[in-house]
Amino acid sequence: MQFNQYDPGDYYDELFEAKDQPRPEAALLIERINSMSMAELQQRQQAAQNALFRLGVTFNVYSDRQGTERILPFDIIPRILSVREWEWLERGLKQRIEALNLFLADIYSDQKILKDGVIPSELIESASGFLKPCMGLKPSQGVWCHITGTDLVRDRDGQWYVLEDNLRCPSGVSYVLENRRVMKTTFPQVFNRMNILPVDDYASQLLETLLHLAPTGLPEPTVVVLTPGIYNSAYFEHSFLAQQMGVELVEGRDLVVVDGYLQMRTTRGLKRVDVIYRRIDDDFLDPQTFRSDSMLGVPGIMDVYRAGRLAIANAPGTGVADDKVIYAYVPQMIRYYLGEEQILPNVPTYLCWEADQQQHVLQNLDKLVVKAASESGGYGMLVGPHATPEQREEFAGRIQAKPRNYIAQPTLCLSRVPTLFEDHFEGCHVDLRPYILYGKEIYVNPGGLTRVALRRGSLVVNSSQGGGSKDTWVVG
Amino acid sequence: MLSRVADSIYWLNRYVERAENIARFVDVNLNLLLDAPVVMTQQWEPLIMTTGDLPLFRERYGKATADNVIQFLTFDQNYSNSILSCLRAARENARSVREIISSEMWEQVNTFYLMVLDASQVQPLPALPSFFAEVKMASHLFAGVMDATMAHNEGWHFGRLGRLIERADKTARILDVKYFILLPEVNYVGTALDELQWIALLKSASGYEMYRKRQRRISPTDIAKFLILDREFPRSIQFCLLEAEQSLHQITGCSPGTWNNAADRTLGRLRAELDFITIEEIIQTGLHEFLDHIQIQLNYLGRNIFETFFSLEKIHS
Repeated sequence: MQFNQYDPGDYYDELFEAKDQPRPEAALLIERINSMSMAELQQRQQAAQNALFRLGVTFNVYSDRQGTERILPFDIIPRILSVREWEWLERGLKQRIEALNLFLADIYSDQKILKDGVIPSELIESASGFLKPCMGLKPSQGVWCHITGTDLVRDRDGQWYVLEDNLRCPSGVSYVLENRRVMKTTFPQVFNRMNILPVDDYASQLLETLLHLAPTGLPEPTVVVLTPGIYNSAYFEHSFLAQQMGVELVEGRDLVVVDGYLQMRTTRGLKRVDVIYRRIDDDFLDPQTFRSDSMLGVPGIMDVYRAGRLAIANAPGTGVADDKVIYAYVPQMIRYYLGEEQILPNVPTYLCWEADQQQHVLQNLDKLVVKAASESGGYGMLVGPHATPEQREEFAGRIQAKPRNYIAQPTLCLSRVPTLFEDHFEGCHVDLRPYILYGKEIYVNPGGLTRVALRRGSLVVNSSQGGGSKDTWVVG
Repeated sequence: MLSRVADSIYWLNRYVERAENIARFVDVNLNLLLDAPVVMTQQWEPLIMTTGDLPLFRERYGKATADNVIQFLTFDQNYSNSILSCLRAARENARSVREIISSEMWEQVNTFYLMVLDASQVQPLPALPSFFAEVKMASHLFAGVMDATMAHNEGWHFGRLGRLIERADKTARILDVKYFILLPEVNYVGTALDELQWIALLKSASGYEMYRKRQRRISPTDIAKFLILDREFPRSIQFCLLEAEQSLHQITGCSPGTWNNAADRTLGRLRAELDFITIEEIIQTGLHEFLDHIQIQLNYLGRNIFETFFSLEKIHS
């Protein structure tokens, strides 16, 4: 009985309702694990890690000249969602993506939402992700955010929240696919007996999404994945997705604009490219339009895009909605564009540029998390309850100096999942990043990436800070 | 296929082959020294001479002692042609085309690199003869894995082309080592010591047994003929050129004896020259001079291949 010592305590546990009371959708798995010896579990844990290393599911450590790749630590106890809860999440995500896409289309054309006073226009002007050169652009099929990886968290009371939308180049989906592959060999009997929704069609769905964007009338459009190169931390994923879709993986230096088309340099001369899934940021895409010192992009690519001779996924300019101040307005967007109430709530967010809210933030710095509006991935952040008075003082200064750049949110207590620690289980905090594709219609890959904070008590799930991952099972 | 990808597969193979041949180089010298009479001073400088990097070596290490030379050619991270550097470059190239090559190829080049990296961190230096044997075997394993797991498509032909051009060049250099190795006196030429040196050289090209089957007696002229002109021995220069030409023609779609770009032409001309030249003519030109000429032509071929297939600069909109 591996789990009889495990106590979910005063947290929301994803597998247990209370001590010795597994949630119904997790009961079979818990029963199975209880029937195994600890040695057997440890052995499977090790085998799973080894398999991921052999498969090369690695990320790069930037500073390491020896070219060391590490695997994201993987834990064999999955996170489980009931299909009922999943369907609700799926509806919420689709609603959100639809509204965000309408917002992007609007903000780069008529800006009705600003004219109607729903969002103050100075907030858009000052958002770092807002790209003036994209004004008036009409991306193929009217879709801007083709690939999204929304970060969701669940608080102590079981309530779900959207933490970030990640409309630019969300990474991590390769872990979802490879983790699942490994888990099938780790718990084959469980997969036989439980109805776990498959995730394997992601690559086909992604290819369909990209093909859907190709300029019409082309019999065999050429799709490519654009990577910054082998030194990028997510290079494995770029290479993996290109391989799974059977398309070329290109770097900026492989591409050139000739005769008004984007072309790639092949051993037999130039070949036209019609759809590009780019994994480099907007700023680096075209040195003629954006950052002139970019070595990663292609000079002139934006002209081809503008002329409708190339589709780019995601469309340049989507970053404006990743601004954390703009994020705070998503509920209003849903109401404005869809005439609906949000299904998935935002984390309550205080906007420091509004005087009364700033007042509240400054008075409660010891309880709140303060985030820089244009950062992501845990950078530029103050976790009030864990910060020193000096750090809080410093942040108060920054907020007063540039209120537009900061938002604050209550500190959430993320839900937990039991995780194998040497010879016993401990609850570790997790988040969830489902992957959403917007092609002909909106598709959500069942489950998503569960990131887990492996340091005892830590709430930080980022891989750079001791985070790991788990497989996510949607169980019907 | 993408020019960059073709370039990476080509260099992946060249670097693996280069690492193997450096092991052969150093090995030939170790063998020679083991057989040399005690009176003969150790000669390590000739080895550096054949690489063409003598000034760099002098600047970095000074005296050409056994340890210095072996360190330089094997484990020096800052010397771009050391075995370790070659494998790092091979691995980087492999990593950038992982979605094109087979995963077995990636695993093998990765394992190979880690093996050499581990060896470089052992002090004192590991048992060298067995280390060099492992390097050679790992390289063969890579070629075999590539042969048996990757589709024999355009990328594969670029890889094979790279490997064979590198091998032809290095066989020329291995043969040249003998030119630089001095005998104690001129009247040692043709003695038992001279013969031992030639045997060591053949062994380093894995050619001793195959040579014996063909020629029986050890004679410098026959050995040179075997390593330059033999059409069946896989490390001879001519064999490499014949096979390289096949791959090049597969890539360009050109029929034998014709050309449609500079690479076709340079390779075809060199191969034809070896088809019709005799070893006597080579000796008359001077063996060292002839080997030099081959190396220059191979460099030229490398440049032609780069310009014809890989060059990323020449396209301007």
